[in-house]
Order: sequence, then C-alpha cells, then structure tokens
Amino acid sequence: MVRLFVVFAIACLGAIGTAHAQTGPIQAVLQDNRADIERASRRTVQPVLDAIIATGGERVPLFLERWRDRVVYQRDADGLFFLVEDEDADPMRLIDIDTGAIVGDVPEDEMSRLRPNSGVRGVIATALVQFQLSDPDPLRRAAGLTAIERDPEASHLTALRASIDGEADPALLARKTRLERLLTATFGADEAARVTAIESFAGDIAVDVRATLNPLLSTRMRAAETLPEDANIARVLEPGDDIAVDTAYDMLVDADLAPALVDDDARDAALIANIDNDTVAGSAVATLNTNAARDAAYAALAEAGTVPPAVTPDERAAAVADHVFFETYKEPSQAVTDAARQTLGAIESRVGAYRVVDLGLDGLSLASIYFLAAIGLAITFGVMGVINMAHGEFIMIGAYTGFVVQQLVPNYTASIAIALPLAFAIAFLAGVALERLVIRHLMHRPLETLLATFGISIALQQLAKNIFGTQARPLTAPGWLNGSWVINDVAAISYIRIAIFILAVIFFVLLWFILNRTRLGLEVRAVTQNSRMAASMGINPDRVNMLTFGLGSGIAGIAGVAIGLYAQVTSELGASYIVQSFMTVVVGGVGNIWGTLAGAGMIGSLQKIIEWFNPANTLAAQTYMIIFIIIFIQFRPKGIFALKGRAAGD
Amino acid sequence: MITAAKNHRLLLASCLLATTALIGAAQAEDGPIKVGVLHSLSGTMAISETTLKDTVEMLVDEQNEKGGLLGRPLEAVVVDPASDWPLFAEKARELLTVEDVDVIFGSWTSVSRKAALPVLEELNGLMFYPVQYEGEESSKNVFYTGAAPNQQAIPATDYFLEELGVEKFALLGTDYVYPRTTNRILEQYLKDNGIAEEDIFVNYTPFGHSDWSSIVADVVALGADGKKVGVISTINGDANVGFYKELAAAGISADDIPVVAFSVGEEELSGLDTSDLVGHLAAWNYFQSADTEPNEEFVAAWKARMGEDRVTNDPMEAHYIGFNMWVNAVTEAGTTDVDAVREAMWGQEFPNLTGGMATMLPNHHLTKPVLIGEITEDGQFDIISQTEEVAGDAWTDFLAESAVLKSDWQELGCGMFNTETETCVQIESNY
Amino acid sequence: MIGRTFLLRHPSVMVFIALLALFTVGATVLSEGFGIGLISTSFVKTLGKTLCLCLIAIAMDLVWGYCGILSLGHFAFFGLGGYMIGMWLMYERTKSIVVEQLDAAPLPPTPEEVREAIGSQIFGVVGGSDIPAIWMFADSLIIQLALVVLVPGLLALVFGWLAFRSRVTGVYLSILTQAMTLALSLYLFQNDSGLRGNNGLSGLQNIPGAERISQDIVSIWFLWASALALGAGYLFAAWMVSGKFGNVVRGIRDDEARVRFLGYNVEAYKLVVFTVTAVIAGIAGALYYPQAGIINPAEIAPIASIYLAVWVAIGGRGRLYGAVIGAALVSLVSTWFTSGQAPDIPLGFYTIEWVDWWLVLLGFGFVLVTLFAPQGLGGLVDALVRNRQTVAVPPAAAVKPVEKASEAT
Repeated sequence: MVRLFVVFAIACLGAIGTAHAQTGPIQAVLQDNRADIERASRRTVQPVLDAIIATGGERVPLFLERWRDRVVYQRDADGLFFLVEDEDADPMRLIDIDTGAIVGDVPEDEMSRLRPNSGVRGVIATALVQFQLSDPDPLRRAAGLTAIERDPEASHLTALRASIDGEADPALLARKTRLERLLTATFGADEAARVTAIESFAGDIAVDVRATLNPLLSTRMRAAETLPEDANIARVLEPGDDIAVDTAYDMLVDADLAPALVDDDARDAALIANIDNDTVAGSAVATLNTNAARDAAYAALAEAGTVPPAVTPDERAAAVADHVFFETYKEPSQAVTDAARQTLGAIESRVGAYRVVDLGLDGLSLASIYFLAAIGLAITFGVMGVINMAHGEFIMIGAYTGFVVQQLVPNYTASIAIALPLAFAIAFLAGVALERLVIRHLMHRPLETLLATFGISIALQQLAKNIFGTQARPLTAPGWLNGSWVINDVAAISYIRIAIFILAVIFFVLLWFILNRTRLGLEVRAVTQNSRMAASMGINPDRVNMLTFGLGSGIAGIAGVAIGLYAQVTSELGASYIVQSFMTVVVGGVGNIWGTLAGAGMIGSLQKIIEWFNPANTLAAQTYMIIFIIIFIQFRPKGIFALKGRAAGD
Repeated sequence: MITAAKNHRLLLASCLLATTALIGAAQAEDGPIKVGVLHSLSGTMAISETTLKDTVEMLVDEQNEKGGLLGRPLEAVVVDPASDWPLFAEKARELLTVEDVDVIFGSWTSVSRKAALPVLEELNGLMFYPVQYEGEESSKNVFYTGAAPNQQAIPATDYFLEELGVEKFALLGTDYVYPRTTNRILEQYLKDNGIAEEDIFVNYTPFGHSDWSSIVADVVALGADGKKVGVISTINGDANVGFYKELAAAGISADDIPVVAFSVGEEELSGLDTSDLVGHLAAWNYFQSADTEPNEEFVAAWKARMGEDRVTNDPMEAHYIGFNMWVNAVTEAGTTDVDAVREAMWGQEFPNLTGGMATMLPNHHLTKPVLIGEITEDGQFDIISQTEEVAGDAWTDFLAESAVLKSDWQELGCGMFNTETETCVQIESNY
Repeated sequence: MIGRTFLLRHPSVMVFIALLALFTVGATVLSEGFGIGLISTSFVKTLGKTLCLCLIAIAMDLVWGYCGILSLGHFAFFGLGGYMIGMWLMYERTKSIVVEQLDAAPLPPTPEEVREAIGSQIFGVVGGSDIPAIWMFADSLIIQLALVVLVPGLLALVFGWLAFRSRVTGVYLSILTQAMTLALSLYLFQNDSGLRGNNGLSGLQNIPGAERISQDIVSIWFLWASALALGAGYLFAAWMVSGKFGNVVRGIRDDEARVRFLGYNVEAYKLVVFTVTAVIAGIAGALYYPQAGIINPAEIAPIASIYLAVWVAIGGRGRLYGAVIGAALVSLVSTWFTSGQAPDIPLGFYTIEWVDWWLVLLGFGFVLVTLFAPQGLGGLVDALVRNRQTVAVPPAAAVKPVEKASEAT
C-alpha cells in the first residue's frame, strides 16, 4: 500500500512537471513509465498497472481494455499515448485517454501501436477482473471470469464472492459459483470449507477441477535421519524399491548428510593434479590406462593424505540405510490433502474410462479415413486383380479439385458441396481413361500393370507440382465444420472428422447397395468370381471393368477432398496414403467391402492403441503396425475376409 | 562386331568429353566468377529450397547490375540434388571439380549439409548454409548464416518462461536431427531453469504426418495439473498444416496454450487459413513484416521478380546476408581463393534486414537479433519482441559434453576445441 | 565350377564381361586418378555407383524375371549391406580421430574413455554417447564384411520362409515385401534405432587407413571393385539360370502349381533364389555406399525398390543383360537430367525445364515401355541380334512365356 502511494505520488508529481497542461493522471503514469509500457513485460508491468488503477479514474477500465486489445497508440512526435476512434482510418482520430476528448487527426505513419504480448495481456486481464465482475455488460463479466479461470489468484476470491449475489444471468451465475468453489479449494482460509469445496467436485472430470486438485497434492522428496513429526507426509520411500540407491545417496549429498562421491572425472582430475615427474603416487603415468589402475593410484594418493578418500560402496549403502526418504505434501493441511486425494482418485478412474472413449473415437476416425482411401483400391483390385499404384494420385486429384473449386467459389459451404461431386466426376473420368488407355491392354499381366500405373503415378505427381507448385495449398472447411464435438474435457472429436466418418458410412452403404442390389453389382460380382464364365453368360467384362475402375477412382477423388479438409493438400498427399491403403486391402481381403471395412477398422484402431502405449514416438507405432501386418498375413494370407471358390486360387 | 561398334562410340564420346573439359579449363581464368547453387528443386524439400535458389539467382543478377565482382560478371550454376541426400555429396563434388565454382550456396536439411561436408572439406570448397539448425558443428569450409540454437530456440524458450509464464512444455517435433538435438538442448535448458522432467512432454512424428488428433489431445491433457502449458514446435514443413488445423478444431487459443514454432514461416503459412491461428508464435531472425528500409527494398525486389503473392522468409535473409558478406570479402581479398576469402570473412559486417549489424564470428556463425512474431490473419507475423544481436554459438553451453567445446578458426584454427584439455578435438569434421 | 563349355554355350556372357572390362579400363585411362583426367572424379563415382545398381538389377532380374517373384523390397537388402560396411567405416575412422586426440591428454586413455569418446562422436548427433549393442563388431572389418552377406541373407531367409511357407504369392507377395522395406526404413528413421536415425551413416567415402589417399584414386579402386563384383555377379547369375536349377526356377515362374505337382519343392527353390539375390543386393550395397558417401533410411524407402523393378522392366526381364541395360540407362539419364545439363526447350509460351518435366517424361516412359515393348530394351537387342545373325545367341525360349505367370490371379 505504501509502495502504491509512493508510485501515485510520483505520478502526480510527474503530471505537474510535464509541459502538457492537459495531461491527465493516467497519461502521467504512462509517461513516467514509458519504457515499461513501450516494451512491456509480464515481470515488470504489475507496478505500472497498480499505479494506473490507483489513479482511480473512471476511464481506467476502458484504457486497460483497449491496451489489452492492442488498440492504444503512441504519437511518435512526443511519445504521448492515445486511444483512437477507428484504427483502420488514416489519418487517425486521436482520443485523449483521461478525458475521452478528441485531440485531433494524425497520419497513421506517425503513430505506433502498443503491442503488449500475450503474457502482459494476461496480466492486464487479471487486473481488469475487479472492474468486470459486476459490470452491467454480461460479456465483460464473462471476460472477467475467463481471466480468473486462466490465472486464478487469492485476491479474486473476495471479489468473486461479492459479485455472486447480484448476478442475474443464470449461466454466468453457474460459472461464478463453480469458480468460487474452485478458488475456495485452493485459497480458502477455512479448512472445513476447503474440504467441502473439494468434495463437491466428486466425479467431475473437467480439466479445471483437476488443475485445481492436482497442485494440492504436489509433493517434494526429502531425506532425513528420522521422519519429522509436523510434516504432511505423502509416503515413505524405500531405497532400492521406490527410488534408486544412487538417487537416494545423491539426496543425502545434496542435504549435506553424506560426503560426495568421487566420480571418474574428479578422480582423474586429482591424478592429473598430482603428476610428479611422470608418476602419480609411485605408478608411472603410462600405466594408468585402465580404470583399475587409476583407482589404485587414487587410493595410494588418499592413503598419503593428499586427497580425500573415496566413498566405498559399503559406506554408501550404510549411509542410505541410516536415513529415511519420504515425500511431503507442499499443502500443510492433511484434511485437505486427504479429501483431494480421494476426490481425485475417483475422478482419475473416470478420466481413464473417457480416455478409452477418446481413443476409440480417434481410432474410428482414422479407420474411416483409411476406409475411404482404400475402398476404391479394394474394388478395382477385387474385380480386376489389378493393383493401381496411381490410386494415391486420384486422391490427390480430388484434393486439388477441392482447392481449385475454392478459388472459384468463395463460399466454403457451396464450394465443398460442388467439390465433392466434381472430384468424383474428375477422378472417375481419369480412372476410366487410365483403364481404357493402359490397363485394358495389360489385362493379363497384373504385375506389369503395377509398374505402368507406378509410371502414371510419378508423372501425375510431378505434373501436380508443375501446375500447383510445391507449397501446400489451403483447403478450408466451412465454418460450421470448425470446432469439435466435446463430450467432456477428455473425450472430444473434431466435426471434420465426424463428417469424414459420415462420408465413409454413406459410401459404405452406397457401395453395399450397388454391389448387392443392382444389376451392375451383380455383374461386378460375377466378373470378380470368374471373368470368363461371366463373359460367357452375356456380361461384357470390359464394360464392367471400366465402370468399376471409374467408380473406385471416383471414390478416391472424394477421399481426397475429405483428407484435404483435415490435413494438407500437397502433391505427395496421395503417396502418403497409398501404402496404408495397400495394407488395408490386403489385411481385409479383396473383392469384398466388408473386408476393407474390417481391414481399415483393424489398422486404424490398432495404430491408435500402439500410439497410446508409446505416445512419445508416433514413428515407432507405425513401424510396429506394419510388422504386425506382415505377421498377420502369414496366418491369413488372403486377408480377414478371404474369397471362396475358384477366384481364391492362385 | 558389336564390340567394335561400341568401342568406337566410346571413343567418340570421350573425345567429346575431352573437348568440353578443355574449353571449361580455359575459361576458368578470366571468365565469370561461378556461384554454385545446391538446393533441391524436386522431391520433398523442393517446397522450401526452390525459393532459396531463386533468391541466390536474384542476388547474382543484382550484383551483376552493380558491375559484377572484381571486374568479372557472376554466374549462377544451378544443380538439383533432388532431396536425395547422397546426391548432395555427388553434386557438391561436381560443382567444385567440374564446374569449378568459387562458392556454393546450398542445403536445407542437416543431413544434406552433413552429406556435402566431407566433400567440401576434402576439396577445400566454401559453402554458405542459410537455415536455422541444431548447432554442434563448425566446419572450416562452411559459413552458417542461419540461427544456431542459442539464436532461436533458447530465446524463444526464455520468452515462454519469462513472458508467458509457461510451466509445462510440450516439445513436438518431426523425427529428424534438428528437432531431436534442439529438443535435447531445450530439455536440459528447461531442467536448468527448474522445470521438472515430468513437466516436459516430448513427441516425434514422421515427415508429412497428418493424424494429429490424439497428439493434440495429449497436449490438452497436460493442463490437468494446473500448470500453464506451452508447445514448442519443431514440426517440419507441411505437417504443420494438419497440426494447426487440429489445434484450431480443438478450440485451443494462443492464450490458453501458446505454440511457438521454429520451422513455420511466411512460406508455410501461405498453405493455411490463419484465422484460427492468430496469436500463436514463431521465432526467427527475420520476418517479412520487419519495419526497416533495406527490408522494404528487399521485399519489393522479390515481389517484382517473383510475383505479388510471394513472401520472403528467414533463410532468404540468411542468403542475402551471406551473399553480400561473401561479395565484400572477395572484394577485400581481391581474389576468390577460398583461403583468402575465409580470412576476409572473419569480422565481416553487413546490416541485417531487421536492423542492427550482422558480424561474421571466427566460429563461422553470425550475430543476429532474435524476433518473436505472432501470427496475424493475413498470414504474416506481428513482431512483438526483438532482442539485441545474439552471437551464434556453434557448441551449445547447455549440454555438458559440448559446453567445454568452442570453435575459433581465426585464433585457434580449430572448429572443435576442448577448453578443458586445451586440445583441438578435430580439424576436419566427423560429420 | 564355371567351365569353358559354359562360356562357350553362353557367348553373351563373354561379350558382357569383355565390354565390362573394356569399360572399366577405359574409364580408368580417362580418369583423374590414374589416367589423363578427362573424366572427373565425380563422374567416376557415378559410374562406379551405376555398376553397383546394375548388380542389384541382376539380382532383381533373377528373382523376378526368372523366378516370377516381384519383390518390392530388394533395396532393403541393398541398404542393409551398405549399413553393415558403413558401421565399420564410421567406427574405425572415428576411432583414429579419437585416439589421436586422447593421446594428447595428460593420462593415457582407458578403453572405457576411448569407447565413450567414439560413442559421443558418432552418436552425439542423435543425443547419445553409448555405443549400441549392434555395433559390437564394428571394429572388425572381417566380421562386418561377413555381416554384409549374413544380415541381408538372414533377413531374406526368415522373411522368405514365412512368406513362401504360407503360400503368399503374386501381388500379395509384392505388397508384403514392400511392407517389409517400409517397416525397416521406418524403424531406421527412429533416432534410437542405433544407426543414427534420419542422419544415417556419413563420411563413408573416407576409408580408414587411407586418409591421405586422394578421392581421385579411391574412386578408381571402387570402380574396379564394383566392376569385379558386377562381372562375378553376372557370371554367377548366368551359371545359376543355365542348368537344371534354372529350368525349375523358370518353371516356377511359368506355372508354379505344375512344378509342384511334378514333385519339386517349390518353396525351397523360391527361398534359395530369394536369399541368394538378397545376398547379391547386400554386396552391391556395400560397394555402393562408400562411393555415395552417406547412407540413410530414405535410401530404402519403398519407392527405391519400385524403381528397381522398373529398371528391370525397361531393360527387359528374363535376360541378365536387360537388367544391366535398364539400370544403367535409367540411372545415368536421371543423373544427366538432374545435373541441369539437359538443355531447356523454349516453346514460346512456356519453357520446358527438364528439372520440372523429367519425372513426367520418365513416368510416361515406363507406361510406354510396358505397353509397347513388353520385352524391354533387352528385347530390342535380341531382335537386332536375331536379324543380323542366323544363329540365335540368347536363349530366346527363356524369354517368352513371362506373361502367362499370373494369368489367373
């Protein structure tokens, strides 16, 4: 308080001292702390804020808000700070901070904008809380609550409690009471009230609850000769079981309870320091080329009293055995830590359950992406026995179609609505062209088809690079697909992924319908099982092949739009999915959409599960996934859903 | 029959080769000064490196307009190592022996630099390497005009610690040497600054990774113990697009979980709708938005040459500084001889595009200011913090094994000098 | 083993060996190291590397052109061979640097210190200083040379045994081999794989113990070694496919079931071919990477093996010289196009820069060759020879029935 007063006094003096007669109190404080305002830092801005608030001016909150929003300007000529009427206007109309009066117009390039970084803006927001909690504008009240949520302080508790009674908005009231309980749990003065607040969160898995409870249970490792009576002990550590003996001894050394070990570096340094005429303690330097020889030389030095003796393993073990090692809570109240531990324990098990749900959603999403990417391949492979290496490039064509459409149609919703069928059409045509021009002529040489389509693949990829450049191109989802479906703070999935999932389901149903309920499907299945027999029954296999290939490619185009929406559109987009698609088809079994579904589901969920075991290394997860597939194929060489009958033969 | 015919053709071919080689040798004396450009123009790295090839070509053209160098015109010799690392070694050799270039501007990834290194050292070539990198290297034949970790990663981490009050870190990176080494240095640095090991989450993803949902969920989950979480991203190239999209979808604002990226510049942002990313950060030594006169000129020249929608970025500035320093050094030395130019390079000064002076240190690194920018809606950066020039450190002080090392080619003639034992560990790099 | 009669019956082998010898001697005479300096050292290295690629192409031709197994994973073996020799090169070179430095220290180095210093020099870049267990033989050239053969051979043996045993054939097998090479490259990409992750092993062109010898000379050594290996490999492959073994193998390619019904153990034959070719690939890799200077996991990405198959297809399957022609042609042409030496073609409204268009050309080239020259360029050579000479030199019968192989797939 004294400091505040001093600052305020200096500020007033400053105000009197400045040449500008009209300088108001806020401007005066600002001018006195000009350096700290121009290059504001989270660490130094607090006293300035205190001084500004201490001026008590009516316009303090407004100024702080503007400052936080980065719309306070400084006039280069005299360094005075101003608000402006419209920050996009040039010249700018300046407004005095203290009075709100219009000062005049100044060209934009003679003004500099204040750019407080987000740390400073956080501090300003926290300082603003006291003005906002009871503000008539609900948006301001909400902003104040958000600031508390981001950075809770003990001082907020009183202000928050005071503002609860007058709150009319039910949603904000709920937020306020919840926040009040959270703050009470941490900052409350009364132990019973804290315990009640903590227990009121039983089963609530929100991040903020855990963020409140976890710090209450933070611990510190300590070593001592006997367990202290007064500490709130979390648990006693058994050296060898709970902590390594080495760590335990290091703790003793740190606590000055035991002499430091002589490590190899220290030993060597001691030896070097005692080199005397090419010998150390009687042994020639040249012989010291093993650790044993060096240890012996050091022991000799220690015996002579030149260096402190090394700590033997026995001494070390004895020192560790003579002491107790334990963790204490930083929170002194045992009632609070007990309550927090119990509440949190229950919460954590629920969190675990929802983690599994979240993992399931991610797996499902990945599976649906793989399904979309692979189903076209599966159809063509099943029907024609042809592996299309250019399949990935059809995916890429779809994605670039989406990009081009977005350039022409600025409305995102409309552009996606156009892009989906258009991508299908373009990829369909490309597929038909490929079938007619290349694949048909290689009908009975499936391995060579693989190579020819590989040629197509690298040519198309390079063409895309030449046309669209090497940079990633934006494909933006419509606004209503932004954001996530949030079940709770643990389980959530983005709407785009849900949309892709729905797309996959639609295509699954559609394909199932086409293959099982239409004439084309009948013909396709006939050709799949035995092409020659089908031909002799009056089916035109060429037409069937062409349509199937077009259909498979068209779906790849759709997959391209979908993938582009959640990831990047580059010329290598397709290439990065092609191998996964092969795996999906091979694992699932060919010629059967159920097989692809099963393959995609298995690969997607398995990948997520492996990632979950080792979250630090996604690459390792992919490696193990592929090894798993290789092994899986050994046991089911024809995939999960193997075709039966003649077609299943070689 | 066949043998004879083949033989004949071989002879013919060799005669042809011989003539071209002779002509080449004759020209080397008073012909143009050759500037080799060793940047991938195809393959995965083309996305970043093509821009640098264009930059060098622009600088060469500008220099020629000013009357060339030593009274001779400059000529850019462009080869394409096609993002294939062994090819960098092959093409570097080709540039130095077949084309007889006097200097090479090239490489982006560390692997490609390390592939070219032995060739440069063997043939005493000279290369300018323009990209921020992990340090732990100082070759006699390379000038590192990009940032060392202490010129990008450490200041950015300081910013997180000091300015944003971040207490828990997620270090996300693409799985290769730059993120790995940078993260190792940062981990140690964070521990030195009192961040506990369990408060540092590290994850590596493959190049071009696109499935980010679970990783973003992991990052959000870090907030569960009440500490402020920040992400330090060394994610490379276009994988960033998917990452930022997922981040935006999860509704994570820069105020909740700030992300600072070391590999995301103006070029990468052009593939993105940045409206959801406003406020996230990047640390570089240069931003296109830097408000200085030389930068305005540089940006204008670039846009005039390449098109209005093109942007400039940090490695381009590195080439700009490196190229101009080389030109000055050659002028000073009066020759393009590598040893003479190297000596003239030490202490060479040239103004940064962001203000301040870049000085070439005896460890072959530059002094550079560190800038931190916030992403704006138009895909540019709002510079919110700029330090004084920081001297690049080849061997980081934050890892025990390299803290004792230093590089000084001028005084010690050694790129890896152990200050503890006072010995030169190696003069030629061990790559 | 390979007698006079064999050579007489297969004059194409002699022609090939003679051409190869002529080529090697010619290159040496023109080189900077031993000759008149018309061919630059970097080009000698390119030639040497091309010979190694020809060798692995022969392996590919054996396994695909003769045995009908379209392996899309043979570059994995090539890469493993390179890694095995690279470990020795890197370890020994580092050791000499380390020992020299430690000798200057006041205390003579302990073996532990030497190991630690080597470890931190090699693995510092991936954040470690411990030498992983797989490096335990890295200081022995003999053992690492043995591993060049053993590691790819063993991997091929295990993988092949598993795959052939469960009768995985045709496209499935191709994808499975592709999965193998993908898994291996992803594994090696990891930093803690013990082989320096994405960095791979580098500086391999510096041969320990020969530091003072110029690369001009070393490149010629490797050119000769590669030529010798290619010659030996060609002889061996020609011998292998010439006798009864070769007939059975070709039989498997043309109709596996029929050969099985005749009482042959098809799986064993396939396994032998698969393993032997893997070993050849490993040897080719061990010669290739010291010339390239660096090996890293990107080298064994699936696309490399697909390219290998394409070389063989372009050259012409089922004839060994076809494989050689294909590999040499495609890799040399691609070197030419990527070196920026190919002249741009100005069309007025657009200038074709080959750096941008070369891959498009290559891609469509594959398609055209597969469509219109199913016998590959080797097939054209055959036709030429047949027209000129009345006596058919190459065993044309060996070439024809390639296509029937997987008709019913």
